[in-house]
Amino acid sequence: MTPLLSVNGITKTYGTHIGCADVSFDLYPGEVMGIVGESGSGKSTLLNCMAGHLVPDAGEVVFDTRADGPKDTVTMSEPERRMLSRTDWAFVHQHARDGLRMGVSAGGNVGERLMAVGERNYGDIRDKATDWLERVEISSDRVDDRPTTFSGGMQQRLQIARNLVTGPRLVFMDEPTGGLDVSVQARLLDLLRGLVRDMGLSAIIVTHDLAVVRLLADRLMVMKSGRVVEAGLTDQVLDDPQHVYSQLLVSSVLQV
Amino acid sequence: MTHQDEYNFAYLDEQTKRMIRRAILKGLAIPGYQVPFASREMPMPYGWGTGGVQVSAAVLTPDDTLKVIDQGADDTTNAVSIRTFFERTAGVETTTATTDASVIQTRHRIPEEPLTEGQILVYQVPIPEPLRFLEPRESETRKMHALEEYGLMHVKLYEDISRHGHIATSYAYPVKVEGRYVMDPSPIPKFDNPKLGDMAAVQLFGAGREQRIYALPPYTDVVSLDFEDHPFEASKADQICGLCGAEDSYLDEVITDDRGGRLFCCSDTDYCLSRRNAGFQGPAFPENEVTK
Repeated sequence: MTPLLSVNGITKTYGTHIGCADVSFDLYPGEVMGIVGESGSGKSTLLNCMAGHLVPDAGEVVFDTRADGPKDTVTMSEPERRMLSRTDWAFVHQHARDGLRMGVSAGGNVGERLMAVGERNYGDIRDKATDWLERVEISSDRVDDRPTTFSGGMQQRLQIARNLVTGPRLVFMDEPTGGLDVSVQARLLDLLRGLVRDMGLSAIIVTHDLAVVRLLADRLMVMKSGRVVEAGLTDQVLDDPQHVYSQLLVSSVLQV
Repeated sequence: MTHQDEYNFAYLDEQTKRMIRRAILKGLAIPGYQVPFASREMPMPYGWGTGGVQVSAAVLTPDDTLKVIDQGADDTTNAVSIRTFFERTAGVETTTATTDASVIQTRHRIPEEPLTEGQILVYQVPIPEPLRFLEPRESETRKMHALEEYGLMHVKLYEDISRHGHIATSYAYPVKVEGRYVMDPSPIPKFDNPKLGDMAAVQLFGAGREQRIYALPPYTDVVSLDFEDHPFEASKADQICGLCGAEDSYLDEVITDDRGGRLFCCSDTDYCLSRRNAGFQGPAFPENEVTK
């Protein structure tokens, strides 16, 4: 089986400071990979390198494209990469405001990716947008409201709908539950788990919340100071952490 | 007047005109592409047509006949001041008749009379970037033009329909040029959009403050953006001209008194006058007034 995404030796430095160093892994179709670590451990740098927002200093990110098979996204042309990022890829930002157009209605936000890939029938776009709003549990009568009138949890769900409407195969998530209160987090995780399973999505989730990866991720990488210190099946890593830092991380979780 | 007190022909110095002509030629070579140029300070405020004036100055020759219109009219402040400006600085013939003019500078209208080969239509453009209000970053909009990523333009039209039930954008309606660049046709009413395409005259667009020039060579393919189920529609007031009775021209609504009286009349004053001179009369035309 060809991996959907194959990351080889990704390194990114900011001057002499290491963002992430020599990270390699394979992600297979339908698999969810969690990346955990403390603030400043290089999780987001790694994610941005993979999603094409940052150019890594070394290494390759090979994506199994629909048309041409495995292709290095670091060296592919910018139009190709941007095309990928609005069709086969999705990126869920930590802050919904970064990923939404706040001056455009919810329907317009969801429809943007459809129009970007050439959809030109208003009725179809609107039907799909309404359908997706309902799938992320936003009432369809809010389709013409702007995201500024939505709560934080709704904005996050709207961002997810906007990203998934074109049926991507790979979703990058940067702290998707950050800044939400626990009950809203729980609902969002439930929703994400359902969507990932139903659509057979592959996902890479960056978070510092171990509960999130416990629920969503099949596999886990623990990062510290820009390097991967431990990797393995989620339950294995969380129940029997081997590296000193992983042990610290797991034992730091508050028990209620 | 001694020689030193005279302006160079058409105000701008020759090097500046050369620079603007290069931008115009580049614009003509890539229809719809916004060419940056080093816009000069002009002796009038931004928003009064500094871009159009510089383009006109660069294309004028001493043999040209100039017409200047503002919202279709030859007798409004902007039109009169720019016409006088070129009378004084270039000494060219001026006219109000569309058919007699070789260069027409316009603000917000295309003349009703079809233009012919050899004529140049110069538009004054306030904001040349059609994506500006959707994507404020210039670096990003340039990239979007370069990569032909125009999905966002349809988001604006989508928002119009979702809010108003139809495409409510009635002026500066975005167009796609030769299947490539999305262009802002300057704030002309969308009634004029169909005239942009396949026009015999050269169309030049100058934005002074934004320092951009773009162009449509004659007989260019220009398509107004729309949705399959909400097609583009050129619209005008559902009236006829009160003065000349024209049914096919773009109309202005003029308030005539403080008791709700109003008059619809052609916004193109030259078109209206020539029709009245030819004997056409509208319903509001005063019976005993002598036609000029």
